[in-house]
Amino acid sequence: MPRLVSHPDEVKIVSRRFGMGAANIDRYIELGGYAAAKKCLEQGPDWVINEMKTSNLRGRGGAGFPAGMKWSFVPKQSAKPKYVLVNGDESEPGTCKDHLIFLHDPHAVIEGTIIAGLAIGAKLGFIYLRGEYRYLIEIVEKAVADAYLKGYLGKNIFGTETEFQIITQTGAGAYEVGEESALMESLEGKRGVPRIKPPFPAVVGLYGGPTVINNAETIATVPHVIDMGGEAYAAVGSARNGGTRLFGVSGHVERPGVYELPMGYNLKKIVYEVAGGVRGGRKLKAVVPGGSSTPVLLPEEIETLGMDFDQVGKAGSMLGSGGVVVIDDQTCMVEFALRTISFYQHESCGWCIPCREGTDWLKKSLTRFHAGFGEAKDIDNIQYLAENMLGRTFCPLGDAAAMPTIAFVKKFRKEFEDHLNGKPCPYAKHTEMAVI
Amino acid sequence: MADVTFTVDGKKLTAAAGTLLIEACRKAGIEIPAFCYYPGLSLQAACRMCVVRQEKVGKLQTACTTTVAEGQVFITESEEIAQARKATIQMLLGNHPLDCPVCDAGGECEVQDMTFKYGAGESLYAEAKQHREEQQWSPAVYFDRPRCILCYRCVRMCGEGMDVWALGIQNRGVTSVIAPNEGDHLDCEQCGMCIDVCPVGALTSGSYRYKTRPWEMTHVSTVCTHCGDGCKVTLGIRQSNDGSEIVRADNRDKGGINGDFLCAKGRFGFDFVESPDRLNTPLVRNTQGKLEPATWEHALTTAANKLKEIRDNRGGSAIGVIGSNRTTNEENYLLQKFARTVLGTNNIDHQRTADYAAFARALAGQSGKTAGLRDIGAAPAILLVGGDPTQEHPLLAWALRTDVRLNRARIYVANARNIKLERQAKAVLHLTADGYHNLAATLDAGSNDFSKAVLAEESLVVVLGPECPGTAIESLVAWGLKRANVKFALLGDHTNSRGAADMGLFPDLLPGYIPVSTPAAFAEYPGLQAGAGKTLPEMLIAAGANQLDALLIVGADPVATTRMASESLKNTFVIVQDLFLTETAALADVVFPAASLYEKSGTVTNAFGDVQLVKKAADRAGVKSDFEILVRLANAMGIEVKSLVPFSKRGTSADLGQTRGAQAGEADRSAVWLTANNLEPRLSPFDPLAILDEIARLVPGYELDRMNLYAGNDVRTELGATPGFVPVSALHNSSLIAPAHDTLFTSGTLGQYSSALHELEEHQKNDVATTAAD
Repeated sequence: MPRLVSHPDEVKIVSRRFGMGAANIDRYIELGGYAAAKKCLEQGPDWVINEMKTSNLRGRGGAGFPAGMKWSFVPKQSAKPKYVLVNGDESEPGTCKDHLIFLHDPHAVIEGTIIAGLAIGAKLGFIYLRGEYRYLIEIVEKAVADAYLKGYLGKNIFGTETEFQIITQTGAGAYEVGEESALMESLEGKRGVPRIKPPFPAVVGLYGGPTVINNAETIATVPHVIDMGGEAYAAVGSARNGGTRLFGVSGHVERPGVYELPMGYNLKKIVYEVAGGVRGGRKLKAVVPGGSSTPVLLPEEIETLGMDFDQVGKAGSMLGSGGVVVIDDQTCMVEFALRTISFYQHESCGWCIPCREGTDWLKKSLTRFHAGFGEAKDIDNIQYLAENMLGRTFCPLGDAAAMPTIAFVKKFRKEFEDHLNGKPCPYAKHTEMAVI
Repeated sequence: MADVTFTVDGKKLTAAAGTLLIEACRKAGIEIPAFCYYPGLSLQAACRMCVVRQEKVGKLQTACTTTVAEGQVFITESEEIAQARKATIQMLLGNHPLDCPVCDAGGECEVQDMTFKYGAGESLYAEAKQHREEQQWSPAVYFDRPRCILCYRCVRMCGEGMDVWALGIQNRGVTSVIAPNEGDHLDCEQCGMCIDVCPVGALTSGSYRYKTRPWEMTHVSTVCTHCGDGCKVTLGIRQSNDGSEIVRADNRDKGGINGDFLCAKGRFGFDFVESPDRLNTPLVRNTQGKLEPATWEHALTTAANKLKEIRDNRGGSAIGVIGSNRTTNEENYLLQKFARTVLGTNNIDHQRTADYAAFARALAGQSGKTAGLRDIGAAPAILLVGGDPTQEHPLLAWALRTDVRLNRARIYVANARNIKLERQAKAVLHLTADGYHNLAATLDAGSNDFSKAVLAEESLVVVLGPECPGTAIESLVAWGLKRANVKFALLGDHTNSRGAADMGLFPDLLPGYIPVSTPAAFAEYPGLQAGAGKTLPEMLIAAGANQLDALLIVGADPVATTRMASESLKNTFVIVQDLFLTETAALADVVFPAASLYEKSGTVTNAFGDVQLVKKAADRAGVKSDFEILVRLANAMGIEVKSLVPFSKRGTSADLGQTRGAQAGEADRSAVWLTANNLEPRLSPFDPLAILDEIARLVPGYELDRMNLYAGNDVRTELGATPGFVPVSALHNSSLIAPAHDTLFTSGTLGQYSSALHELEEHQKNDVATTAAD
């Protein structure tokens, strides 16, 4: 089990039960669990959606779409069954928060799913777990089974006339199915490629039925929003960014780990105070603020940067999935760019031309370039290629590959130039270079 | 849906709300490039070539998924859009082998066209390309992965279009690859539709690959010679040593009744024309009793003298004539006219594959009650009684599937067999083998769910399979005629089975199903006998009993189809016109080498009454069309040719020399202009169009829309146009009907000489079966 970290600035809401044995249903109940679901059963869907809207809880998957709003888009009447779908396909490099939730607090996900189901009038929910998280499925399955035994799931949940069932499923190992419509394809047993939108899942989703699909952290937060009340939850965070979020801090810091901090918390403080500063007293070169797809930020860009969707967006990057990657001064940014693009090249589903071909050519060009066989025009070509993927691909995976690449070239052009003419890379040991 | 108005490149356009932008633009003449978009198949938005700028929308939008709404404003060509398309092509070409100089698609390639248009002329990359070895998936289909641009048209065409689902996608990302679901080979209908829709040279055809460059061919649109659906087929023709050869068949001209569709037979089964077994010279049996090559003059004289001698001494009734399911309407008409006026006999019949006479009788006096293929493809509900369209009428099956998929049509299947189209059926009724007789009563009773559902339909097309006996045809037509909005079709097997029936290849029926006993307009035929002649089996029995002195057999192989004893023709003088030395031809005294449907002009009528123009495509030294052979035979018998073929007001026998121009279709090309200018097309006596006026004048239902016919469109002929002409006759009973039940890979005599079809059949039988057993 990964070591848990903590810091005094943390505001523990989602992570409140981490390390307290809450995977056990009785312990979860003892810690206040399933009270929120009961309350929602009493109060009814309109109240739930209203609380959610008030909470300013925004999607923790990365797009930051207000969860209450998303729920309200689901039509009240539907000929086809409605579904709740929990996106536990956490795959973005630098992101490791949902992992902890499933490990320490699976019932929060189940309870959140029940509440979402009540809110939209669904009778069935799916918890979809990343293929590589297969070792967590037993924990989640046990939790679901326990909830059934307690009567919290089934035909008459909590002794009421209301039905709600949950099915768990793992993926087959593809980043792409983290995209909501690709996840639905995968869940339906098909090839994990995204669907054409519109229609959006709230109208036509899983098996053609109206579907609410939320990130696992968002869903796990829902019971807490109900417990605290939407207003109180919103008050924790910054403007239009309710509550807290789990930041997974990794890279060259003294104390890497997952920290729960209020929305809007300063990034510089995350690096230097919460995570203990750059490892070994080295200098900070750059920070990736929200998972590998978000454009890299320079030290001067994080000085006053508050970590919420709006502020990071204004700074030219994205809050994303909250995966903060800290990069020290001994890191080769060309190699970092290559390592990033290698991931997207490997994970591109191949559906559309710009992503399928673009990620591959970026990887090939960067591989050659990093190995010291680059020409000056390659730098422009790499940027040209990435710029011509941006906004042109079928789904956001292409953007996720293009955006960081553009930032690497623009912000670290000199490092690229330093690789020209067979010069030895002044930043890293090329011989250890390994590209997966 | 209501029309909406929107703006594209500054032009106001109007289209139904919800129309795809790409379609609305194409209709308005604005081309938006796309690789993955294919009309009628599900949307992909994968190639990103059709990106356009929509006002007030941040990103470029794909025109293939954008539906038009009131007031929208679009830009489809701008610097930004051109750059996006150029970049997409640059990325594609990075991994493309650029082997255009040897690629089959070179010159017919959408990637080439788009590269030409958007100018991605410079390579940005120095790294190695993705490469995979080419694969052979079946005798018909080869796959070159490096050329593939992953537009998924083939996958969708195979699955959605054909309901075969033989193709899928393996791997992901840049290593994604189209692959057969069976692993290394295709288990499918071998239709080649995947090759057809491939925008590049990734899927190539076993019969065409590396054979020619597209620009070395001329393309001739004609009608497929195989089944009774009559698909329009475009033949790619190249000059060869002994004329001109067919190197490719496809459906380039998508305007025909078959739209996009062509099956394995149409696409690959043309190679019988090049079979080494083709007859290239007339054969005459010598005094030693052996067939030996002869000159046309000798063969014609021998045959003509014998026919004349028998007719003059024993009377026309001593001669029998058997016609063909594959010859043109004009040839069939001429054959019966030749039999009835030159030979003086009603002993004429053909191998009937469906009871069109019963169908015509049932519809007597009704007009507008038969359904063409286009009617069926747009019908809201279809009752399919018997038949197995997937195997026997692939185009009908395609039309039905497409109708269900795109128009949500309902198909009701009543059949004694299990057929694949049940997958698309709304309801299925399994009949006993003789259950077709009672079906009308069952429907009327409305006592089961099937008949209730059928009765609930407000309009219906009833498609009758060839196994429906005459009584069932009549009872079902009678049932349908009681209801409003019901149309009918009867499935005959071969390319002109319907035409053979329509043109009176019957011992008792003249063209248009007019009884010989009451010949009406045909009274102008000199020497027309009033009594019915012998049916096909009766002629063969008579021959065996030495009661038939001569048999003229055109494009038929009764010895093979009836499994008769070969000795029974020993004492009959047999003349055969055929492409091959068939079992019947081998017994003949004179054999004339005939042209195939691809080597002549004329018209054919498909099973549904759609008449189409046949155009001469290939040319083969030594053979003549059946039309010409008959005219020459009559001429050799001393007949005034103009009395048989009214080829020109001023024409003389001297025009017999004018053959090539006529068959090459020169006359029909200028006929449109000449007719429009009130001038008489100057025709050769061998030009089948010379007899069209007579057919139009005498045969009910064949006053065709000539302009559209000449222009290459399908035009309708209606059965039952003339009321009350068709009496019940003992000469029409179900024992005379023998459906061929051809499969996707068999096609009667022609199929036997097609090595391409043999290979495909073997592949399906052996390779596929072996894997399935593993």
